[in-house]
Amino acid sequence: MSIDKGHNDHKEQTPIELRTTPHLHTAQDIVDIMRNVVFAILPISAWSVWQFGLMALLLLITVTASCLLTERLFNYTSGEPNTLGDYSAVITGLLLALTLPPAFPLWMAVVAGFVAMALGKVMFGGLGMNVFNPALVGRAFVQAAFPVAITTWTPALFEGRFTQLSPSTLTTPFMIPPPVSEWNTSVAIDAFSGATPLALQKFEQVSTPAIDLVLGNVAGSSGETSALIIMLCGLYLAFRNMLDWRIPFFIMIGTIGTSGGLYLMDPGTNPDPLFMLFSGGLMLGAWFMATDMVGSPVTPLGVAVYGLFIGVVTVVIRVYGGLSEGVMYAILLANAATPLIDQYTKPRVFGQVKQSPVKKS
Amino acid sequence: MGLFSLFRRNTFSHGIHPPIHKSQTSQVPIRRLPFPRTLVLPLGQHFGAPSEAIVHKGQEVVRGQPIAKATGDMSVPIHAPATGIVKGIELVLTSRGFKEPAIVIESYEAASQEILWNEYVEPDNMNRDQILQAIQNTGLVGLGGAAFPAHFKKNVSFEKNVDTLIVNGSECEPFLTCDHRMMLEHPKCLIRGIRYAMTATDTKIAIIGIEDNKMDAVKLLKHHLKDVSDITVEAVETKYPQGSEKMLIKSLLNREVPAGGLPADVGVIVNNVHTLTSLGRLLPAGEGLTERVITISGPGVKKPGNYWVPIGTTIGFIMEQVGHEGFITEFIMGGPMMGPAVSSLDTPITKGCSGLLVLNEPLIQQESKKIWPCIKCGRCVQACPMHLNPSQLGLLAAAAEYEEMAENYGLKHCFECGCCSYVCPSNIPLVQYFRIAKAINREQAA
Repeated sequence: MSIDKGHNDHKEQTPIELRTTPHLHTAQDIVDIMRNVVFAILPISAWSVWQFGLMALLLLITVTASCLLTERLFNYTSGEPNTLGDYSAVITGLLLALTLPPAFPLWMAVVAGFVAMALGKVMFGGLGMNVFNPALVGRAFVQAAFPVAITTWTPALFEGRFTQLSPSTLTTPFMIPPPVSEWNTSVAIDAFSGATPLALQKFEQVSTPAIDLVLGNVAGSSGETSALIIMLCGLYLAFRNMLDWRIPFFIMIGTIGTSGGLYLMDPGTNPDPLFMLFSGGLMLGAWFMATDMVGSPVTPLGVAVYGLFIGVVTVVIRVYGGLSEGVMYAILLANAATPLIDQYTKPRVFGQVKQSPVKKS
Repeated sequence: MGLFSLFRRNTFSHGIHPPIHKSQTSQVPIRRLPFPRTLVLPLGQHFGAPSEAIVHKGQEVVRGQPIAKATGDMSVPIHAPATGIVKGIELVLTSRGFKEPAIVIESYEAASQEILWNEYVEPDNMNRDQILQAIQNTGLVGLGGAAFPAHFKKNVSFEKNVDTLIVNGSECEPFLTCDHRMMLEHPKCLIRGIRYAMTATDTKIAIIGIEDNKMDAVKLLKHHLKDVSDITVEAVETKYPQGSEKMLIKSLLNREVPAGGLPADVGVIVNNVHTLTSLGRLLPAGEGLTERVITISGPGVKKPGNYWVPIGTTIGFIMEQVGHEGFITEFIMGGPMMGPAVSSLDTPITKGCSGLLVLNEPLIQQESKKIWPCIKCGRCVQACPMHLNPSQLGLLAAAAEYEEMAENYGLKHCFECGCCSYVCPSNIPLVQYFRIAKAINREQAA
C-alpha cells in the first residue's frame, strides 16, 4: 500500500471559521439577567419612593452611587477593566437601599454602600466570587455600627413627603443624627409610635392586620413594606427563568412550618404564620436576597435545604432572639453554609446506583 | 427547572430546548446532487479498527464493489461509491481533524453510475450468524453519527439478555431532518430493516421513538404498523439530547443504563432509523453502503435540503452545487451541538456524517461573546442529562484539578452533549474544558 502525501490544496475563497462544539448558544447572557433583575427591582423602588417620598429617593440614589463608585475605584486601583457594565453593582446598591430605614442618614448610607462593595464583593474577587450577598454585608455592617439609626423608622404615606426630609437624612457626616420622634409625630396623622409591625408585635404585643402588610401601608425599611409588589416582581423574574423560584418557595415553607408550629403551641404570644410571612424583610429577602445566584446552592436538594434553613432560622431569631428581625442573619448564615450544602447534596449521577461518599481532602 | 417542566410522560429529566431550525428542510423531499468527479474514502471512517484497502493505484472499480475489507470483528468493508479509477491511497484531512489514509477514486464522467456489483443473499431464510455476517458485508455502520459497526452492536446481544430493540428516530439535533425524511419516504424499508435487526438481535419487541415535533412520521409509521403488535411507535418529548441512547431508553422504557455501561446491560439495543432503513434496502439487494442522505442546511446555504450523496463526496463539491454565502463561514459535519467543524473544503462526507451545516456571520458573531465569571446560577446543573455539576467541574477545570474532577465529580460520565455550554449565561466553554480534562486524564493514565 503506497501513501501519496498532499491531496489537492486549492485556495479557499472565504475564511473558514473553526470552533468547537456546541456551535449554538443561548441568547441570554449575564448582562441580560442582571438588567432584568434591575428592572424587577425598579417597581419596588418606585413604591418605596411613593411611600416615603423624597428621602427614599435620595437614599436609593446615594447608596447606588456609592456602590458604583466603590467598584470603579477598586477597578481603577487594581488596573482591572471597568466592570460596571454587568449591572451587578447597581443591583447591590438598589437592594441595599431598600433594606435601610427611609430616614437613614445619607453619610451612613455611603458607608454602607462602600462596605457592601469593598468587603462584600471586591475583597473576594469580584463578580461570582463573593461568599455573602454584598448588600447584606453592607447592611450587617451598619446594623452593628449605627444601631440607633438603623432602627429609627418613619411613618408611611405622610402628607408632604415629597417636599420634606426627615431631620436625620442630612446629618453632617460623622455626627450623630438628631432625634426624629417629634418630627415623626408632627407629620403623621395618627400618633406614630416609631415602630415596625415586627417590633410592635415583639415588644408591645400589638399585631398589624395582614392586609396592611401585603399592601405595604406600614412602617419599615424603605423597600420591604409591600409583600405584594415584591412577589409580583419576583414572579416576573421566575417566569423569565432568571430567578430560582424554588428558593423563595422553600423559604416560605420553612417560615410557615416553623411559625405555624410555634403558633399552635402558644397562640397568645407567638404571631401567626401569615404575619411572619408578610412582615419585615422576609419577602424582599426571600425573593431578591436569598436568590442571589452566587451565594445559593446549585443542586436540587441543596436548594431545598438552603431555603428551609433560611425560613427556620428567620423565625427562630424573630421569636427567640433579641432582635425583632432575623432575615438578614438567616440569609448570611445560609450563604456561608452554601459550599457545604452543595458538597453534601451532590445529585446522583444518571445510571449510578449508589451515591459516592463525599471525600474529605 | 422551569415552572411547567414537572412530570411529563415519555421523557428524561434535564436537557435543553434549543431552537430547532428544521422547517427549511423537513418539508422538502430528498433530492440527488450531480455525481462528483473525485471521491475520497478514509479507511477509518467507522468506530473500531480501520479497514484495509484491497485495491491499488490505477485499478478500475465499479460502483458497489468492495475496495477495502474488514480487519476483525470491530470493522467493516468499504464499497466503491462510483465506477471509475483508483487514483491512489493518500493522506487526507478528515472531520476528525487529522490526516488519515484514504482511497481516492476518480469517477468516469460517462458512466451511468448504476450499482454494478452485488452479492445476492436471502435474508428471510437466514439464521443469526448468517444475518450478522451479511450485515457486516454491507459495510453498514451507525448512520446517526457514532458510526459504530452495525453488526457488532447487534452481536453484543449474544452475551446479554437483550429483549427490546429501540429504533432511534428522535433526531434531537437542531437543523437535521434526514432521519425525518427517511421515515416519511421509506417507511417500508425501515420496517423491513427493523425485522432483520430483530432477527439479528433475537429481540421480540421493537419500539420506534420519535420526537413529538415529527408527528407526521409517527402517524405514517403507525398506519404502516397497524396490523402488527411487536413493533410500536412512541412519541417522545422534543428535547435535546433525546437522541442519546441512554436518554431515549430512559424516556421509552424508564430503564437507566448503568454509569459506564452499555444499553445491552439493561436489555436494549438502539439503532438509528437511517441505519435500519439502509439495512432494509441493502440486505435483500446484497449491496454495500455506497451512499447516504445528509441534511444540508444552515443560514449560509442557498439551496438547503436533504440530499442523497455518495460516501466520499467532498464538502467543496457539495458547496459548488448548493451554494453558500457569507464572509466568514463555518462548516459543520453533523448537528450544531455535537458535530465537528472542519478546516478544509476537501474533507469528505463519511458514513457517520448525518448533516452538513453552514453557519455565517450573524450567528457566528453573536456566538463569540465575552466570557464572564461563573455566577453559579445552576442552569448547567439543571441542563446536564447525566445529572453532573458542570458549574463545579468548570471551576475545577479552571484550576487544573483534573483528577479531582474525575474522582469526585463524575467527569467520565460526561458524554459531551454540550447542554452546559449551551445554557451558560457567562459563555463559559464548559464542555470544551471537560474535553481537555478528559484528554489529559487519559494521557496520564496511559
